[in-house]
Amino acid sequence: MAIQGDILSWPNRFAHLARQSNDERLRAFYNAGVQLPETPVSEARFVALDFETTGLNHETDDIVSVGLVPFDARRAYCRDAKHWILKPATPLHEESVVVHQITHSQVREAPDLGTILEELLASLAGRVIVVHYRHIERPFFNQALMQRLGEGIEFPLIDTMALEHRIETNRLTWWQQIKRQPIPSIRLADSRKRYGLPYYIAHHALSDALATAELLQAQLQHHYTLQTEIKTLWM
Amino acid sequence: MQIEHFEIMQFLSAHPPFNELPKSAVQQLASEVEVGYYRAGSEILHYGESISDLYVVRAGSVEVYRRNGELYNRISEGGLFGQRGLLTNRKVRFPVMALEDTLVYCIPVSLFEAFCDEHEAFADFFEADDSGGLIQAVSDQADNNDLTTAKVKTLLLRELVSVELTRSIRDAAKLMTEEQVSALLIYDPSKPVSDDPEDDDGQIVGILSDKDLRIKVVAEGLDTHQPVATIMTRELTIVDSNAYVFEAMMMMLRDNLHHLPVVHKRRPIGVIALSDILRYESQSSLLFVKGIMEQQSVEDLAHYAQSLASVFVRLVNEDANSHMVGTAMSVIGRAIKQRLLELAEDELGAPPVPYCFIALGSMARDEQLIVTDQDNALILDDTFESGKHDSYFSALAKFVCDGLAQCGYKLCDGGIMATNPQWRLRASEWQTQFEDWIDNPKPEALLHSSIFFDLDGVYGHSQLASRLSELVAKKAKIAPRFLAAMANNALRRTPPLGFFKDFVLEQDGEHKHSLNIKRRGTAPLSDLVRVHALAIGSRKHNSFERLEDIKEAQLLPSGKVEDLEAALEYIATIRIRHQARKIEQGKQPDNNILPKRLSEFEQRNLKEAFAVLDKAQSYLKIRYQNKAILK
Repeated sequence: MAIQGDILSWPNRFAHLARQSNDERLRAFYNAGVQLPETPVSEARFVALDFETTGLNHETDDIVSVGLVPFDARRAYCRDAKHWILKPATPLHEESVVVHQITHSQVREAPDLGTILEELLASLAGRVIVVHYRHIERPFFNQALMQRLGEGIEFPLIDTMALEHRIETNRLTWWQQIKRQPIPSIRLADSRKRYGLPYYIAHHALSDALATAELLQAQLQHHYTLQTEIKTLWM
Repeated sequence: MQIEHFEIMQFLSAHPPFNELPKSAVQQLASEVEVGYYRAGSEILHYGESISDLYVVRAGSVEVYRRNGELYNRISEGGLFGQRGLLTNRKVRFPVMALEDTLVYCIPVSLFEAFCDEHEAFADFFEADDSGGLIQAVSDQADNNDLTTAKVKTLLLRELVSVELTRSIRDAAKLMTEEQVSALLIYDPSKPVSDDPEDDDGQIVGILSDKDLRIKVVAEGLDTHQPVATIMTRELTIVDSNAYVFEAMMMMLRDNLHHLPVVHKRRPIGVIALSDILRYESQSSLLFVKGIMEQQSVEDLAHYAQSLASVFVRLVNEDANSHMVGTAMSVIGRAIKQRLLELAEDELGAPPVPYCFIALGSMARDEQLIVTDQDNALILDDTFESGKHDSYFSALAKFVCDGLAQCGYKLCDGGIMATNPQWRLRASEWQTQFEDWIDNPKPEALLHSSIFFDLDGVYGHSQLASRLSELVAKKAKIAPRFLAAMANNALRRTPPLGFFKDFVLEQDGEHKHSLNIKRRGTAPLSDLVRVHALAIGSRKHNSFERLEDIKEAQLLPSGKVEDLEAALEYIATIRIRHQARKIEQGKQPDNNILPKRLSEFEQRNLKEAFAVLDKAQSYLKIRYQNKAILK
């Protein structure tokens, strides 16, 4: 996905994709537009998104659970949160069951991503998507749609893990950077701890989404201002 | 689809009052909360803004303030805030700041109210919480009718009315009639106006009231063509426009004033009358004092004084701080003494020589609470001759002390009462006694008499009392041995903290597992403050006011005075609330608190406050005892 670089204007890209796309649901998503890159954080509308998957390879594995929580710089809105368990196109591995604790029987009764896609996209439309560790949600989402619709999906996203990496790296002195002193862990739970955020169970898509939303709120308050433009945060 | 926020559900079901709710209800709450994050030091709720959520602290801690900036409470994980505003007028009454990085769950008011309706235990929790005044506060419309938060300037409804001092009494009376005011300020246009704006009193030189016209003009048949200057009251007690209504009320009660000029940056802007305050406050301490003055016999007074406890509880529930509660209770105690003395004089006839009845100890410090001894004494004019006059004063003292006992003020165990001939002395004898205490300090003797170093005239010739206070203020500060002895006494009672900074509690007896918060907390603190106050020659009596003087004198390292203020306020507040709670439960109020009954946070704060006392005592030891040895 080389086209998703800094040089690209997301509003233009969305307009382009809206014209190109063959799927009505995706067209609606793109037509809802993307927030202007200059939008200050105080006015931005975010949605934290988390997937649980059958494994780590987006080419062979699939999504088993989706959690999302809409939020802004001030509040996370639990009443508008969503959570689905899905029937993946590829079988569940025992190892992944151990991680996310979604069982074979739960999955057997679950719907396919295709049947909830409209609702999922509607929840994401017009908001800046926020994840912790960007190499899961975007590639898996893209791949899952490729498989089902024959076309993928693109969107800007804020990665709280990347932000935390940037923050922790900036904390190092020049000498520490030369010496390649390691930065502390930037995993979700460890990052949260640094901001006084409580421990939440990991690997539950809804809990992780809420945890991510809270983490971004904390990062914004500690390291950015309400005037920070979202283009400096997303990628 | 109702989705399950496990984390939130789990947390809520572990904390009151949510732990009493059925699972489905908790699930509903969890699915409707909003989550907010606040960095340490940021403001969560701002006074007066509208509020639409109940807040639950999920992680971190917050501090709740009174409107005057005083710390009211600290709330940590699992604690709630915002309920006051929700239950009253949906405006924030107590501003809240994040003390640490804090995550809160916000429960919308619609859900909060629905839950109060549906779940009795849930509603009870909020009703019982915070001294029980919550629901009641709604009907009280407490917000703009609250003596403890309203400022004097809110009582000023009209422009200042004033006349030149050369105008005639008749002109002044006409102006008062036209303007429908009961008091006029009088100014002198020839008086130079100070360059320093802070020092400008706007040429105001006196005040004239209806009462002056009645007493000094009509009753005397005075010529009304005379200038008002001849009858005006020249000694003005003035209140700042930013003072609390409560403070103005106390000033008027203490000095029996009916009118109080109000200044803004020392420039007069109006006058408030007692009736302005009465209109404000319907049935509390002020009316109670008025009622005391109307009682016609000791029996009536004793009967009337029975509702003192409910006045106290009401003040506490109105969030008066410890200074206010202490002042109110002292003013009431003073009024009871004054009325008893009036009744005594009615019975025994006019006193043969001038005298002053003085209050000692906590009443003199304006720190009286509900459980209290009577400590008092008499200063007699030097013309007193014991053979001729003592029978009168011994009868007077007996009348008053017995009367006080009937009104609920216990007789003093130490015999420090006017009935004791030892404490019924001529002014010059008192002077000698105080000089002896200061010049030849013996810690043992001072232990019992240190109570005399807080003295305040209650009735009669108050100059007799103020002359003694003046003597003490002047002499004590240059008497290092005396200060060392007082410091020594102030160190006798230590805070109840053990080596591991845990509470040291009574091990047996009636008060097992409790700690006496007066003996181990407020008393040693006021002892300590008194020593510093004496050392700088402060003439204040109240511990908080003494601390202000101590701060101004830069006697203590920076920050220490603030620590002491906070510690005193906190310990006193715990004590006051404890007593109020006992009364509400129909029990005898006392000073024995059970730390186990306090929340974890209150315990932590109390320990911090005791630790401040502990450190301050160490400092006291070094400062005064070393100095005494060197001299």
